[in-house]
Amino acid sequence: MRHIISLLMENEAGALSRVAGLFSARGYNIESLSVAPTEDPTLSRMTVVTIGSDEVVEQVTKQLNKLIEVVKIIDLNEGNHIERELMLVKVRAIGSDREEIKRLVEIFRGCIIDVTDKSYTIELTGTSSKLDAFLEAVERSAVLETVRTGASGIGRGEWILKV
Amino acid sequence: MSVELTGAEITIRCLQEEGVRCIFGYPGGAVLFIYDELFKQDKVRHILVRHEQAAVHAADGYARSSNNVGVALVTSGPGVTNAVTGIATAYMDSIPMVIISGQVPTSAIGLDAFQEVDTVGITRPCVKHNFLVKDITELAQTIKKAFYIASTGRPGPVLVDIPKDVSQQKTKFVYPDKITMRSYNPVTKGHSRQIKRAAELILSAKRPVIYAGGGVILSDAAPQLTELVQMLNFPCTNTLMGLGGYPATDKQSLGMLGMHGTYEANMAMQYCDVLVAVGARFDDRVIGNPKHFSNENRKIIHIDIDPSSISKRVKVDVPIVGDVLDVLKELIKLLKTGKEKPDQAALKEWWKQIELWRERDCLKYDRESKIIKPQMVIEKLFNITKGDAFITSDVGQHQMWAAQFYKFDKPRRWINSGGLGTMGFGMPAAMGVQLANPKGKVACITGEASIQMCIQELSTCKQYKLPLKIINLNNRYMGMVRQWQEFFHGNRYAESYMNALPDFVKLAESYGHVGMKIERPEDVEGALKEAFKMKDQLVFMDFITDQTENVFPMVPGGKGLSEMILV
Repeated sequence: MRHIISLLMENEAGALSRVAGLFSARGYNIESLSVAPTEDPTLSRMTVVTIGSDEVVEQVTKQLNKLIEVVKIIDLNEGNHIERELMLVKVRAIGSDREEIKRLVEIFRGCIIDVTDKSYTIELTGTSSKLDAFLEAVERSAVLETVRTGASGIGRGEWILKV
Repeated sequence: MSVELTGAEITIRCLQEEGVRCIFGYPGGAVLFIYDELFKQDKVRHILVRHEQAAVHAADGYARSSNNVGVALVTSGPGVTNAVTGIATAYMDSIPMVIISGQVPTSAIGLDAFQEVDTVGITRPCVKHNFLVKDITELAQTIKKAFYIASTGRPGPVLVDIPKDVSQQKTKFVYPDKITMRSYNPVTKGHSRQIKRAAELILSAKRPVIYAGGGVILSDAAPQLTELVQMLNFPCTNTLMGLGGYPATDKQSLGMLGMHGTYEANMAMQYCDVLVAVGARFDDRVIGNPKHFSNENRKIIHIDIDPSSISKRVKVDVPIVGDVLDVLKELIKLLKTGKEKPDQAALKEWWKQIELWRERDCLKYDRESKIIKPQMVIEKLFNITKGDAFITSDVGQHQMWAAQFYKFDKPRRWINSGGLGTMGFGMPAAMGVQLANPKGKVACITGEASIQMCIQELSTCKQYKLPLKIINLNNRYMGMVRQWQEFFHGNRYAESYMNALPDFVKLAESYGHVGMKIERPEDVEGALKEAFKMKDQLVFMDFITDQTENVFPMVPGGKGLSEMILV
């Protein structure tokens, strides 16, 4: 099953490589990983999306917790949460396709952020599966380039990950 | 106003503040300032090894036999890469250790400088934590953290990488009394409700087993384990890392379990109804195939300081995260105050069954042999030292025979590389043990293959007059490799025979030690006695042993615990 694991860790050089190294050393899957400092610049927040059985994910969280620089960790799948990912996608847009793509972008609540006479660059946020759905909706050959941030997640309501 | 000290001075001062009396190392360019400061003081003794791997093994042996944090000091580049085997060895066995390594100056990092390696990167997967100190003002605090992390929670090696310029710069020296880290707060006390559940389960047991590992030794909980086992009249088996945690000569001891464990220990483990795992981790060499292990129904209580050890290979019913010492104390208190006692009638039946298994006499060997049997050498060693020696070992058949035939009654007497299985560990570890226990009898049980992996340390032993007794069980083969080739590879002994062995007697003599060659069974006892009489001399005993001897019982890889090959 797909799990979204959120970590607060010391914002120190090398912390990211400890997490990445742990996943490769123990053979865990990383679907995506995103990290940036928080409002407290000494802390980074990382979101790791991993796929594995409950037993494996339990080991993943325990092993991550063992890393000295990890301050706190939650598996967002244990409660209600919101997931968002940002994607920038450049598509070929010529002739009648230009209107068609614009409509598609509206349906997906994205926006076109750069235009040339041959292409659009589209910004889209949503769950990772929504971004997948958009890419499916666009004709495969029209997609020139995609860049995705990987998922970020946050608990709903009062569920807060804080030191 | 306090005077400013250099990074090198601070490093040494920190070691002094930590009460470190002995470190092991090898100098080189990046640590010259630190060595210069070592030279100027006499509180911290430095032992000069002949290879960095040995420095780390020696610090490891020092730590294992004394429960102090072991300290090694190595230079950058090859100094560190040589140390890696030692660090990984300590990591796998959770040994508290601080490794200080030199690094090229900060301005040269990343420029492929002479003797530069990415030390933090190379050691990351085999340390509990590591640091690169780029700022002199953080040096003292970092070393404090290193000792704190190494020795608390599940212990392990911590490396501090110090660039040469940092060891030269100056700052005010303040050594913090205490350190708190928001990201590191190891649990010690077990959850009281879980301990209560464990007590209930223990009292309900009809076929119980206590399975105790290295955690008992590391947390110095052998007296508590012994008390628990004896008050309950339960059988107890120890892992390779846990030998000495419960007295092996006691009748409630089933001996070691696992791949080369006793028949009674493995059968009891497989067919018990309540299993109390204490500071052990159900690893592949202990329970064999986890699927086969789970075929039998049993309830498992697992006490471990590391939550990630729990339910890693085997599902557990009552997990207790905490320091083994704390948890055992609580558990004993609870069982003592309660009125209930274990079911004596059921226990009697269980012991009857165990005695039947015991009668199988799984450790028997040919005592009439005209060729020296390795098991016999270890039995004699046990008798002559009255079970009171510190025994280190290398890795292979001799290690298993030592574990089976030397009956450890006390903790911290059995020092071996259990997790990583590092050949070459034995002699350097014995050096550390001897330095931590100057009056102790220290023997290294080894084989002609393992001993050659760190043979250069005979020179260190001479320099520091370390009177080790080296028991070389020489069968001219990498014995365990040969055994597997015999059992599983159609007797094709690919590259496991050692041709052109040195004359170990002459070799020992050339280093200034005493050498003995023993070829007849009737000479074994006399040689050992004579060797131990030479209290100030290292004696290298080269026992020419039976080439065909195998270690039994054996649970083949991937098989279940009850599927042993017996003699």
